[in-house]
Amino acid sequence: MTTPERPTGSPAIGGGAARPPLTLDDTSEVWLEPTGRHPALDRPVIEVDEVRKTYSNGSLEVEALRGVSFGIQSGEYVAVMGPSGSGKSTLMHILGCLDVPTSGSFWLAGEDVSTMSEDELAHVRNRRIGFVFQQFNLLASLSAWRNVELPLIYAGIDRSARKERALAALDRVGLGDRIEHRPGELSGGQQQRVAVARALVTDPDLILADEPTGNLDSVSARDVLDLLEELHRSGRTIVLITHDADVATEAERVMRIRDGEIFEGDLADSAAGLP
Amino acid sequence: MNVLETFRTGLEAVVTHRLRSGLTILGIMIGITAVILTVGLGEGAQQQVSSEITALGSNLLTISPGSTTSSSGIRGGFGTASTLTLANATALDSKTVAPDIGAVAPTSSESESLVAGTTNWTTTVVGTWPSWLTVRGRSITQGRFIAGHDLTTRADVVVLGSTTAEELFGARDPVGQTVTVAGLPMSVIGVLNTVGSSGDSSSTSDQDDQAIVPITTASTQLFGGTTRNSVSDILVQATSSSTLSAAYQEANAELLSLHGITTPADADYTITPETSLVSTATSVDKTLTVLLGGIAGISLLVGGIGVMNIMLVSVTERIREIGLRKALGATPRVIRRQFLVEASVLGLLGGVLGVGLGLLGAWILPHFISDPIRISAAATAGAIVVAIGIGVAFGVYPAGRAAKLPPIDALRSE
Repeated sequence: MTTPERPTGSPAIGGGAARPPLTLDDTSEVWLEPTGRHPALDRPVIEVDEVRKTYSNGSLEVEALRGVSFGIQSGEYVAVMGPSGSGKSTLMHILGCLDVPTSGSFWLAGEDVSTMSEDELAHVRNRRIGFVFQQFNLLASLSAWRNVELPLIYAGIDRSARKERALAALDRVGLGDRIEHRPGELSGGQQQRVAVARALVTDPDLILADEPTGNLDSVSARDVLDLLEELHRSGRTIVLITHDADVATEAERVMRIRDGEIFEGDLADSAAGLP
Repeated sequence: MNVLETFRTGLEAVVTHRLRSGLTILGIMIGITAVILTVGLGEGAQQQVSSEITALGSNLLTISPGSTTSSSGIRGGFGTASTLTLANATALDSKTVAPDIGAVAPTSSESESLVAGTTNWTTTVVGTWPSWLTVRGRSITQGRFIAGHDLTTRADVVVLGSTTAEELFGARDPVGQTVTVAGLPMSVIGVLNTVGSSGDSSSTSDQDDQAIVPITTASTQLFGGTTRNSVSDILVQATSSSTLSAAYQEANAELLSLHGITTPADADYTITPETSLVSTATSVDKTLTVLLGGIAGISLLVGGIGVMNIMLVSVTERIREIGLRKALGATPRVIRRQFLVEASVLGLLGGVLGVGLGLLGAWILPHFISDPIRISAAATAGAIVVAIGIGVAFGVYPAGRAAKLPPIDALRSE
């Protein structure tokens, strides 16, 4: 794992040239998240500035991201679309704090993630991000609610509170009657809903869905997309990564990525009034 | 994530992967059982031999007349008379003179012909006093042994070895019968226990073929001549094997002063400790224990490597799980701990079950084989510690590997 160089002159939280100026006046326009945080603390959930990611494979260097910059506001529903090999997976890994950029900075909910240690990244993943994977990634040996409570274990929340929150999250995705079922006893769509519940349970700043419908039939896919739409309407920030244009249209805004560069739908375009 | 949750997660993993956990536990269990049984067999054999030697009379010093010189071996006492007397033996028996001497038995023996009715049998007649029984580690199966009053009255009584009794009287009860020893009729008052032929060609006589008489009777009425007040040996038993050398010093000092000898090198007697046999036998058994322990240790090591293999396989087959847990916020330390807990639990369970099986084996096995098994507390405790140690030590590497896996690579793996 490469350790990124700390960008020179990288500011501490709360300032810096790369960041949009934050004033109290801005807060009136920011949608209040259901998490109960004060709007003054809200700033763009994601700010990506000139992020590059280079993989070196022996002497061969592959530049997966070639300086991407964009922002995602709280409450937005953004689709990142691109063909395979476009760098969208790399971008997803960086957004999900599963990997760190080679250069450039990435701010997640006001924290500079690009310079964090492995333990700090684990903490950020735990508190700030809810993952929904193509492969569901549920633990087969655990019941639905035990799968949902997993991130809360690592957050250090006590057992009774965990169960309460896990059951509430399962209720939210319409699986309140399936809490003791193991993944093997659930349909694909239901499994993905358990995964969505697990992503929701920590009340994250960002829900990161990586091809969430890739392994589902059209009915189940519709089901999961409706669920994401519903979460969006209730104020969640969602980033959906897909190669499927039909799926991408579900989002408010589509960022197209090709050859490691964003060529459509970044924040500037969005601000300019493009769909 | 607190310690309790780590333990719960680790235990869950053990329960979830039953077959794998079972095989790991089996590996450790067999190793531990092997350690306990082999060490137990070794120690059992050692104890058996040393108790047999103790039965022969360990802690024993034999004081014999004559002295050793560096050049010509044993130098006899002047004439045929022994330099050791009954008075010497009595002096050594004093607790104030020799506190580390437990019992003293003077003996004087001669080969004599014993006649009972028409049966004639030649055997060694030993004149001694009551503590001979203690010193020699013998007991009486019928009748009684020589008592103090037999000595003072110079009673014509004899105690027979079991072989001697059988040769003279066959199946008849020898106690109360009369046997003629060197022409003197004596009544049989008891029979010694059977110790069996030692099979040791170096031993001077068959322990079951002898006749014991009061030493006063022997010296005045049987053996006669110049041996009247002298004895052929004085057997000295130290209070324990650890006081043997102290007893040696005390006996030596007392005899030197009694005999009026100023230079120890001029001593007209020789004190021989009988420990050489004990120490040889013990060292042979120690070698055996070390050998068996080594074999057991190797089996434990093999078990440990088995644990490591299984833990490594477990890491490999659970890469996705590890990746997921890391994606959900588990730090490398938490992952490492989870695997360590798993490995330690497996080690502990294997250790406890192994000890249980070992104890069961130690209880059952002696019914089928002749060798005793002595459970060593140290070996048992050591085995449990080693089992947990193996779990932890051989779990560290796989746990470290698991913790280092980058979450994306782990999540992508099939």
